[in-house]
Amino acid sequence: METLLNDFSPGLFAVTTILLLALIALMVKFAWKPILNSLEERESGIANALAAAENARKEMQNLQADNEKLIKEARAERESMMKEARAIRDKMIADAKEDAKEVTAGLIEKAQASIEHEKQSALAEIKKNVAELSIGIAESILKKELSSKKDQLELVEGLLKDVTLN
Amino acid sequence: MKIAQKSIKFILIVALALFTSVNYAVISDQNHGNQNDGGRVNTKEEVEAYILHHIKDSHDFSLFSYTSDEGERKHIGFPLPVIIWTSEGLVTFMSSEFHHNDDGHVIVEKNGLKFAKIHSKIYELNKEASEVTFDETHHATNAHKVLDFSITKSVVGVLFIGFLLLFWFSRLAKQYKTQKIPTGFARVLEPLVLYVRDEIAKPNIGEKHYRRFTGYLLTVFFFIWTLNLSGLTPLGFNVTGQLAVTGCLAIFTLVIYSVSGTKGYWMHMIWMPGVPVLIRPVLAIIELAGALLIKPFSLLVRLFANISAGHIVVMSLIAIMFTLKESLGVVGATGLSLVLSFFITLIEVLVAFLQAYIFTMLSALFIGMAVEDHAEHH
Amino acid sequence: MYNLIGAGLIVIGAGIGLGQIGGKAMEGIARQPEATGKIQTAMIIIAALLEGLAFGALFLGK
Repeated sequence: METLLNDFSPGLFAVTTILLLALIALMVKFAWKPILNSLEERESGIANALAAAENARKEMQNLQADNEKLIKEARAERESMMKEARAIRDKMIADAKEDAKEVTAGLIEKAQASIEHEKQSALAEIKKNVAELSIGIAESILKKELSSKKDQLELVEGLLKDVTLN
Repeated sequence: MKIAQKSIKFILIVALALFTSVNYAVISDQNHGNQNDGGRVNTKEEVEAYILHHIKDSHDFSLFSYTSDEGERKHIGFPLPVIIWTSEGLVTFMSSEFHHNDDGHVIVEKNGLKFAKIHSKIYELNKEASEVTFDETHHATNAHKVLDFSITKSVVGVLFIGFLLLFWFSRLAKQYKTQKIPTGFARVLEPLVLYVRDEIAKPNIGEKHYRRFTGYLLTVFFFIWTLNLSGLTPLGFNVTGQLAVTGCLAIFTLVIYSVSGTKGYWMHMIWMPGVPVLIRPVLAIIELAGALLIKPFSLLVRLFANISAGHIVVMSLIAIMFTLKESLGVVGATGLSLVLSFFITLIEVLVAFLQAYIFTMLSALFIGMAVEDHAEHH
Repeated sequence: MYNLIGAGLIVIGAGIGLGQIGGKAMEGIARQPEATGKIQTAMIIIAALLEGLAFGALFLGK
């Protein structure tokens, strides 16, 4: 302890104190302040740049997502339009078929009706002709055969038989 | 300009390299009458005396000295001004007037006062005395110490390192004006500044307050580190091994953390809450002693002891060259001393950084303890 | 003479202390390698405090 105190030089202590105070003041003014300020400026600049890059990346991602969504929507729309078109087409075909069926059915019916009609009228004609013919035949026969009573009866009976058979 | 700078650097490096081998090897010679700060050294006692002389401050800047074949003492270096406050006021003269004497045999007369230099301290002789007399313990009996404001070797070291730091870091500061990333030597300095700020100041003081103290911590860190390193060069500074310098640094830290201490810090020290009232005064004494004495004392003693011990060890290992010459032969002793001192110097380079780091770190820690916001509960 | 014995005792004590600090720090680092930096810092601080104590005692005895 004694040697320690003996070694201690108060003069050197005083001189060092003054020099150190001056050194600290000068260093703070001319070195540390500008250095630390520019370092902080640089760091905040880097941080800002990083944040900006991150933002840009996110925006890009958003844009991409949007694009994808748009494409999906467009695809869905196309799909639904196609579906609709297909349905319309199918319906049109079906309708057409139905119509055609109806029309043909009507035509057939009409044809059948007219055929029936024709048949009826033909039949009526034939009947009329047959009646006229048979009347004619009957007239002639009657003219010839109605001389005897017996023959007359026989004839009538024969005719009646035929009629009922008819 | 660039070429001129390079050639100056080259000359400096060559000069340093030349002095490396010579500076420590030339050790004091007490056989030469009153010349005892250089010359041939052979015995253990002479080596010890030389080492103890070296770790003290000195009043002249001598790079090395030797004794020529004619027995003439040669000193390479330059004298420094002596500025002392005596009983008659301020006295100044050049240290060369002591003719490198260090044991009080050369008396310098100025303003009617007589001065002698004993073990790197300047003594003023009493009026009637004509030469210094010593008692058995080698204390001067008829002289007393004076307040010594001389530009000693340590002061030269402080000035040199101060200008060097100012030059380096103001250049680094200037570079930021024109470019974002510094180039050249400044590029080495930038990460060091960042290291001190981010690893020492920020974590120990806290995000909120660290800015106020970063300037001091940076200055102290680079001051101690460069001075420690310059102590390993052949210039032979032992600035951070001077109690006055480390004491000054420690007191700076003490003043800073005492002045910036918050109310909570002082309250916790003087009147600790949450403790029985009877124990509080006892705690206050312990805490005050810890904060005002032990903390700065440990700071100043650690730095001083580490650097002084480093110098003593390096020089002792170099002195193996002489002390073991007889038992190992010239080649053996020189080789052993070379190998040992080489590795211990490497360790000293690490210690130079470590001590600067620890001093700054502990300063930051103490400041952080003083400025942190104390919560009311515990 | 007594100073030297005292110095020896101080060195023994400081050595034991430093060994404890270093050993425990190593264990801590081995257990949690990711906390290496923090452990190292704390280790250096405590070692420095111990060193200050030891040097103080050495110089008081000198």
